[in-house]
Amino acid sequence: MNRTAENNALWSYLEEVVDPEIPVLSIVDMGIVRDIQQTGQALTVTITPTYTGCPAMDVIAAAIRMELMAKGFSPVIIKNSISPAWTTDWMTEHGKQKLKAYGIAPPNPKQQVCSDELFAPHEAVQCPHCHSWHTSRISEFGSTACKALYKCAACKEPFDYFKCH
Amino acid sequence: MTQSYTNYILHLADNALILGQRNAEWCGHGPVLEQDIAITNISLDLIGQARSLYQYAAELKGNGATEDSLAFLRTEREFKNCLLAEQPNGDWAQTILRQFFVSTFQFYLYQSLLTHSDSTLAAIAEKSLKEVRYHLRWSSEWVIRLGDGTEESARRMNKAVSELWCYTGEFFVPADYETAAGSDPAGLKDAFYSKVREVFTQASLAVPENVFMHTGGKNGMHTEHLGFILSDLQYMQRAYPGCEW
Repeated sequence: MNRTAENNALWSYLEEVVDPEIPVLSIVDMGIVRDIQQTGQALTVTITPTYTGCPAMDVIAAAIRMELMAKGFSPVIIKNSISPAWTTDWMTEHGKQKLKAYGIAPPNPKQQVCSDELFAPHEAVQCPHCHSWHTSRISEFGSTACKALYKCAACKEPFDYFKCH
Repeated sequence: MTQSYTNYILHLADNALILGQRNAEWCGHGPVLEQDIAITNISLDLIGQARSLYQYAAELKGNGATEDSLAFLRTEREFKNCLLAEQPNGDWAQTILRQFFVSTFQFYLYQSLLTHSDSTLAAIAEKSLKEVRYHLRWSSEWVIRLGDGTEESARRMNKAVSELWCYTGEFFVPADYETAAGSDPAGLKDAFYSKVREVFTQASLAVPENVFMHTGGKNGMHTEHLGFILSDLQYMQRAYPGCEW
């Protein structure tokens, strides 16, 4: 990331662009925007997908282009980068708080989990609704590639967990 | 880049696309909702990996090739996926075992590609490997759960082993384009079978011995199943050339 005092305004514009699957999170919060380069009125924005099959990437690229062109920049070129691979560690603390307030448990820090061990105990995840830790995993795969499905034993609510990746 | 190298990238892409398409046939038909979602999530990852590879192959190929033309407008004989990827879903045991074999192979293959001299390929391998780890863990757990489960699940898993084992050998017989690309699949053979043995032991499954191994997919000689897959997959572009939505 190359956010500096000089290009801070450009980054703030992209804070207006949200992930269509999780509309409370901006693409900056998600860690999807990796770099912005400016030459005169021309901008090149480098983004990275969360998962290779993420169907939101085309929509996100179009939304970035619209946002920046509306601010008078042209041309706006979107570059895709896949290495280094996106990780939930790039999600901002601010983003994690917003996610939780929205009802999705934010990812745990990566070093705690992501084991290859079979039948490993499930990660302890805090319920975003009642904050209990008495939760259990229903499925490692949820409504989108980046989420797992949990339920809370205290308030009985099911919830999505943005799984560590 | 040479035609041969493009073929290597297409081979990797075809493996991912064809297995992704097969898994997608489970959409709405999984044994329980959570596993229906799991297998289709894996499908989405595989199709995503295929897209990255097809986009790269299209760039290498030039002449107006696109990821779509490569996926939708090549014929059966031009597809270079391993025979295992195109085998029918069968029951849940057969689907799980097919996924386990492919994920195990992809796991070691992508690890070996992390240091490949082509940085674009190494980047795709790095990204894909993160997803393959999930697939491998999930499918290993299911092989164990079914193999070491009830009499019925064990019977089905043993049947799947007898149906699919004969397609595992093809991974390790290199096509010319693999050797030319500096890939040595034969070198992954020990790691693959040792992982399989480890999981089979936990699953109380016997490892078959002296089985004749089918090959040909890598060079476009497929089983009868691929044509049916492509007729589904390519229908729209064949019926309405250039259609978009």
